[in-house]
Amino acid sequence: MKLFDYARADSAEAAARAGTGEGTRFIAGGTNLLDLMKLQVETPDKLVDITRLPLDGIEERDDGGLTIGALVPNSDLAADFRVIERYEVLSRALLAGASGQLRNKATTGGNLLQRTRCYYFYDVATPCNKREPGSGCAAREGHNRILAVLGTSDKCIATHPSDMAVAMRALDAMVLTLKADGDRRRIALGDFYRLPGDTPEIETVLEPGELITAVELPAPVAGARHLYRKVRDRASYAFALVSVAGVVAMEGDTVKSAALAFGGLGPVPWRDPAVEAAIVGKPATDATFAAAADVLLADARGFGANDFKIPLARRTLIASLRELTGK
Amino acid sequence: MHFTINGQSHDVEVDVRTTLLDLAREHLGLTGSKKGCDHGQCGACTMLVDGRRVNSCLCLAVMHQDVEITTIEGLGRPENLHPMQAAFVKHDGYQCGYCTPGQICSAVGMLDEVKKGWPSYVSDDLSAADFTDEEISERMSGNICRCAAYPNIVDAIREVATGEDREPVQRAVEEVHA
Repeated sequence: MKLFDYARADSAEAAARAGTGEGTRFIAGGTNLLDLMKLQVETPDKLVDITRLPLDGIEERDDGGLTIGALVPNSDLAADFRVIERYEVLSRALLAGASGQLRNKATTGGNLLQRTRCYYFYDVATPCNKREPGSGCAAREGHNRILAVLGTSDKCIATHPSDMAVAMRALDAMVLTLKADGDRRRIALGDFYRLPGDTPEIETVLEPGELITAVELPAPVAGARHLYRKVRDRASYAFALVSVAGVVAMEGDTVKSAALAFGGLGPVPWRDPAVEAAIVGKPATDATFAAAADVLLADARGFGANDFKIPLARRTLIASLRELTGK
Repeated sequence: MHFTINGQSHDVEVDVRTTLLDLAREHLGLTGSKKGCDHGQCGACTMLVDGRRVNSCLCLAVMHQDVEITTIEGLGRPENLHPMQAAFVKHDGYQCGYCTPGQICSAVGMLDEVKKGWPSYVSDDLSAADFTDEEISERMSGNICRCAAYPNIVDAIREVATGEDREPVQRAVEEVHA
């Protein structure tokens, strides 16, 4: 690990100001950052410890939603009775991720910002445009079984590894931030991540020093059924090959509303309004579900070892929709 | 830096890069916690921080100066074993023993999570989890045992949690009929 300066932030404002420094990173749970620092994938000059900031509460919102502090650990969030009652998809997604030990440390804000587990991003002896812009992508022709089939670019085919963020995407979460100049922003999670394009090293719209302070969940959809289905190589403690977060409400046999987000398929937690439009107002039949899968995967492209994800995503979506609609 | 480990205070000068695991092993002579992968994947380094189980290899010591840290040495001693340690001995919940301190610290932290009513991925009802063998396996998935002593680890944990002492033969029969 490269040597770094360490400072503890006394306030969110001070943290955001300190965060603008060249080579400065915030650290909270540290479960991903320290892992990457040991491998020198990340080599920050300075760590700003934000763990003492008062951002660890879960507050009720007037609209029936919740505001989740950025420092709320994944395990506490998953076990919060309000989350279990109103946002079961989020609780299940959190519990599907990592291990008990990691969930006890990993935070809400940090989970959103965790980096891809692409083998080549982690291996500093190989080219990776995300780690070292312009060096190339070893994954396209390499071991890409775990990598993306949607939203890729010539520069990068990495997947976003979070389960939590997939559920939050389906829940229309908002990310609350504080900038170095004191301005605050509310960013829809759908606008928070950037596709790789020509700059896979830039993963979010956050500016230097911009600190995530909380995540807002809007009021839950009344009468909706929640599901988080994760398909992976082991029964536990493995990243998703494909995952589906679904919140679906029915009216008789017709789908009244649907929110569907996907993990393991794209460089960002994936959500496509056209998939939902293919279901809403339609009868809950396998024909409807198959049509939705066609829409989801119309532009899907495999790179050899990950070709299997395309039919797997199709089957996982159809199985999820059967469960969500009580078919 | 100042630390409280197993109820004892320590003032030590360490590099800012030092993890809790290296602090314990290299600076304080507490070598019970093991370094397996050093990347949070194997669980051999599991310690309790304010009672919560964590991967100590992914904790910077500098960030943990005003918390209560418990290692396997703090849970019990050979002459006065913690119930979880005694259960691992009784049920032969190990072979080589390298992962064992992490397994035991993790199991103690895990039972506290169950007591708080925390659900797991395999809980059908997230607000009222049953304590089944499947639950134990899921909740302990962050601790890898290369000797694959898992059935006996589950037996040990179950006995501490429920008092149920199932013989391996009985368990095998139940699994066949399940």
